[in-house]
Amino acid sequence: MKGHPELAEKFLQDESRTNWHDETLWWVRSKRDAVASEIKDWEKLRDAASQIKEDTLSNLDEYLLEFEQNALKNGIKVHWAADAREHNEIVLQVLKSKDAWQLVKSKSMLTEECGLNDFLEDHGIEVIESDLGERIIQWMKQTPSHIVMPAIHLKKKDIGKVFSEKLHIRETEDPVKLTEFARIHLRNYFMNTKVALTGVNFAVADSGTFVVCTNEGNADMGVHMADVHIASMGIEKLIPKIEHLGVFLRLLARSATGQPITAYTSHFRKPGKGKEIHLILVDNGRSEILGKSHFWHSLKCIRCGACMNTCPIFRKTGGHSYDYIIPGPIGAILAPHRDPIKYGSLPFASSLCGSCAAVCPVKIDIDKQLYAWRQELTGEKSSLPVSFMGYVLKKPGLFNMGSKGLSILQKLIPWMIDRFFKSYTRGRELPKVPGQTFKDWYKKHT
Amino acid sequence: MKIGLFIPCYINQYYPGVGIATLKLLQKHGFEVDYPTGQTCCGQPLANSGYERYTHYAINHFFTLFRKYDVIVSPSASCILFVKEHLKFQPGHHQKIQELSDFLVEQGLTDYSGTSFPKKVGVLQSCHGLRGLHLGSSTEIVGENGDSTIVKLLHNVSDIQLIGLDRPDDCCGFGGTFSVKEPALSVKMGNDRLDDFIRNGAEVITGTDMSCLMHLEGVIKKQRMPLEVMHFSEIICQE
Repeated sequence: MKGHPELAEKFLQDESRTNWHDETLWWVRSKRDAVASEIKDWEKLRDAASQIKEDTLSNLDEYLLEFEQNALKNGIKVHWAADAREHNEIVLQVLKSKDAWQLVKSKSMLTEECGLNDFLEDHGIEVIESDLGERIIQWMKQTPSHIVMPAIHLKKKDIGKVFSEKLHIRETEDPVKLTEFARIHLRNYFMNTKVALTGVNFAVADSGTFVVCTNEGNADMGVHMADVHIASMGIEKLIPKIEHLGVFLRLLARSATGQPITAYTSHFRKPGKGKEIHLILVDNGRSEILGKSHFWHSLKCIRCGACMNTCPIFRKTGGHSYDYIIPGPIGAILAPHRDPIKYGSLPFASSLCGSCAAVCPVKIDIDKQLYAWRQELTGEKSSLPVSFMGYVLKKPGLFNMGSKGLSILQKLIPWMIDRFFKSYTRGRELPKVPGQTFKDWYKKHT
Repeated sequence: MKIGLFIPCYINQYYPGVGIATLKLLQKHGFEVDYPTGQTCCGQPLANSGYERYTHYAINHFFTLFRKYDVIVSPSASCILFVKEHLKFQPGHHQKIQELSDFLVEQGLTDYSGTSFPKKVGVLQSCHGLRGLHLGSSTEIVGENGDSTIVKLLHNVSDIQLIGLDRPDDCCGFGGTFSVKEPALSVKMGNDRLDDFIRNGAEVITGTDMSCLMHLEGVIKKQRMPLEVMHFSEIICQE
């Protein structure tokens, strides 16, 4: 099983691509800085958002019921799914009830989490991702490498190639032409689909409404043409009041892509005449996280991806090096809840620089949670060597002897020490051993 | 005010000059400084590896050694952050725990115009000092734009030329045990930081954390880059 270090090293082998990836994401981070700084009270907004989310999560049961009640009043059909399987079954049942064999989707990380596409395809349903990035990824049989910019790891050339293969057009890197072809290609599906699915950015308890934010308008194209709109949302996507929405909408796009607001912010209240809206509330492990001290704060996440754009590890090793649906710093604290063994290397894939927590619009203490995960992941086993090392730290005599010993060895057989510390010395030199330690000098001079 | 000088293990072992400069600097300013010789390591490497539960030996030992001082000062932001966050749970803990530049700025001791350092110097804002101890303004935070403590100390050193960077607070890639767990990435991060310094004309890289500088120095030497690293105390307190 490959952990983050191995996958990272593989990504790093192509240095020019690594640099390009790093610069692309840094550019997004810089755009975020520029638009965020236009808002004088940005930090107050972050505080407000964090507090609203903490209140929501602390009273989630009540807010969920309030939301359900109001959504039902609006004529939305509400479903509850305890896990991914239940969610997928609900989607399939809705499709079957409409005799639909096709589903047009807009971007939804939750459906990625639930493995919806594979499930539906196994049941003979054709799934069409209508977000351009997602469509490209779907064509290439890959997974998104970023939650907001799913195809950010691909260059124009890669995209031109897949377009040429799938749409039988002459290969081009011209984004205007590529978008035009995508438009023609997707429009056919929009016109003919019976059922369309979207994610949910925010659901509002006191109004029973929900909001979907996109830049391409594809979510709207899908649901307005279709008879049935399925909206899948994680239970943590709730906010209590409609007046809270402004706080989050101001933060979301600015943090995500450096835009003041997404091109489309669509509010859904009730189905149109003769149409249906099915909203699926998905738990899939969220209530378990909610019950864990330290970790429940991760549920405040509004999936803006700012922590990825700022993270040097993400920028330089790509989203796929995390090998989890949600990559980057937030992924590294969510993934181990799913599988602490498979994703055990992720909390260690961090220098704990703290930039993620500093950009997070809802102030999730990501670096502190990475640290807490490290304690948790080693917690099962007691380690005698480490315990001994810990003990030595209260024994200055022993500690000094060890340090002196290392210095002597480093002077006598430097090559052996180099080999012993080879993961450090492969790309770096160890510092030289000086004539005396500070302690020795101090003793001589006092 | 009695100062207890905390010299982190790797500074003691590899960079005694930084310890000496720190001590002399504090003494020059007339402080009563004591260096408890029984000090070992604060335990941070264990904790960051996921073994915080074995650091109580180190923390208790540290507290016993330093309990009689009013202020604990150290030339290493990262170790200070760790000690600060762990000592606060010790009953009877009242000491102020400060990184050296933070201490000097707070005491108003920022005039080093008598010292000359005719070089182009770039400042490495170490992450724990910056985002943990708030020794400067982070680029992520809106509305923060004051000078960092280290710039306040260096800006009037004679003949010094402080250079700007394209990414003033991107991580250098050291991260303690991270440098060993993810060596390829850690070195790449180091290389990218160094490129930024070189691109902007730095001859010397300085900072509040010798550990980050140690990592960068390792990369510099391996690749024979035209750069050197120096802890800021060695710039403002030259022999």
